[in-house]
Amino acid sequence: MIPLSNYLILGAILFAISVVGIFLNRKNLVVILMSIELLLLAANMNFVAFSHYLGDAAGQVFVFFILTVAAAESAIGLAILIIVFRNRMSINVEDLDELKG
Amino acid sequence: MNASVQFLPVLPEIVVALMACAVLVVDLFLDDDRRQISYLMCIATFIVTLVLLIKSVGGEPQVIFNGAIVIDDLSAIIKIGVVLSALLLFVYGRQYNLDRNLFKGEWFVLVMLGVVGMMVLASANHLVTLYMGLELLSLCLYAMIAMRRDSSVAAEAAMKYFVLGALASGILLYGMSLIYGLTGSLEFRAIAESIQQMDSNALPLTLGLIFIVVGLAFKLGAVPFHMWVPDVYDGAPISATIFIGTAPKLAAFAMMARLLVSGFGDLHDDWGDMLLVIAILSVAVGNIVAIAQTNIKRMLAYSTISHMGFFLFGILAGTEQGYGASLFYVLIYTTMSLGAFGVLLVLSTKGFEAENLDDLAGLNATHPGLALLMMLMMFSMAGVPPTVGFYAKLSVIQALLSVNHITVAVIAVLLAVVGAFYYLRVIKIMYFDSPPESRDLIPQRMAVGLLSVNALSVIGIMPFAGYLIDLCQRAVTTLP
Repeated sequence: MIPLSNYLILGAILFAISVVGIFLNRKNLVVILMSIELLLLAANMNFVAFSHYLGDAAGQVFVFFILTVAAAESAIGLAILIIVFRNRMSINVEDLDELKG
Repeated sequence: MNASVQFLPVLPEIVVALMACAVLVVDLFLDDDRRQISYLMCIATFIVTLVLLIKSVGGEPQVIFNGAIVIDDLSAIIKIGVVLSALLLFVYGRQYNLDRNLFKGEWFVLVMLGVVGMMVLASANHLVTLYMGLELLSLCLYAMIAMRRDSSVAAEAAMKYFVLGALASGILLYGMSLIYGLTGSLEFRAIAESIQQMDSNALPLTLGLIFIVVGLAFKLGAVPFHMWVPDVYDGAPISATIFIGTAPKLAAFAMMARLLVSGFGDLHDDWGDMLLVIAILSVAVGNIVAIAQTNIKRMLAYSTISHMGFFLFGILAGTEQGYGASLFYVLIYTTMSLGAFGVLLVLSTKGFEAENLDDLAGLNATHPGLALLMMLMMFSMAGVPPTVGFYAKLSVIQALLSVNHITVAVIAVLLAVVGAFYYLRVIKIMYFDSPPESRDLIPQRMAVGLLSVNALSVIGIMPFAGYLIDLCQRAVTTLP
């Protein structure tokens, strides 16, 4: 049987990849949307692993909710992406600089 | 726990959610001239919900849906605040939205669903309910900011808010998953019980807590996770800014209080220290950077950051007095914020956004009434007596002093004095600078009338402040 720690390490790696993807990516907004999906999947991985090892179904139910929300979230993200593209003809992250931050 | 499912306690949420669906359908059959009908449907819904909520104050606290939802005075007060501010910003923003082609069924539905999200958040007693409420609220806000489709700043603000908001949810979820793994439970009380039996210095527990606090601070817009706040306030249409800047802060209080106090009460030493750093930084950065702003929306954004710091002071004190003071503070903050953004909404006309400090120049000469209201808001935000903003700050400082955070209290007061500078500058600009040549406003009797009541209430509720703060104190007794 695969030990719990392996799943947690996988979850942590996914989490790290997605956070790095959001912060280091300077080129493409679509990559940021992909990183966000990965971030939610990292949490899902943890929930499923814990749920299995604790023998408690609540964690898996939570994962269903997260998956649904993730779908809604990416729909809205893509919609905003299209508005950004229509206004600037670019999805380069560096072009998002009209507001000073 | 009752085995049969009870729906009556969540009737207000059900009413708003169903009416949101009804407005969505009815609006399909209305042309632009008859859009009033769906507008009035929303107003009626909010009024009915308010009545239902006010009737529920003072009832026995009850936990329903197998521990997913808790209904008590705290949730009732927060919900009343949320629905009331949604009602007010609907009226304030009417003319503004009409002028900008935002007076649409979709907009109404987004506001209503956002309100449902906040109501769920105010009652959440379970990580799933908390997450669902939070996402329902956030998704509505992203869409509202992006509603002005031809504006490239609005699109940029929406994108920034979306990315950072989603990142915050992800971090929060990751923290929740660690806590779930350690405690084997998703319900706050059960989490608290299993933390009690554990060694509270366990590293994984602290790690999970760090993720959760960072996620919450992101959502709240507290320093060092504040970079989205000014951009979003600036880029969004004012009628969306007023929504972001008011009601969600109330819901955020309920979320933080329930999660940290009810769920992680035994770890108060850990999260208290984290919040302390975040709160001091927020008050400092918010008040100091606001001085450099020339855009009033950005200035109010930094002012929000500093107010968030103040309300965290109350929570981190870790006493019932502190939670009560914090709840009182956030209620007063919402009132002031509604008033300030309301004045900006009324001042904006077709093709003109009142968003720079210069746009307020000489307001007293052209519109003395509005100038007076704005002045009251600024005095109250700065914490000048006899406005209630002073009393709110005072009660938070008292809570800090009662747990011997004397240095922190002194820093907070000093930074509040720094903050007074930029609030008073607005008053100076309104009263002593010369006005622009023309400033014609469409008379908006309903909006200005409500705005006056809203703004005058910062002085008007002073005699009842003691009663209000008692109510807040009683409401938070169910927390720990």
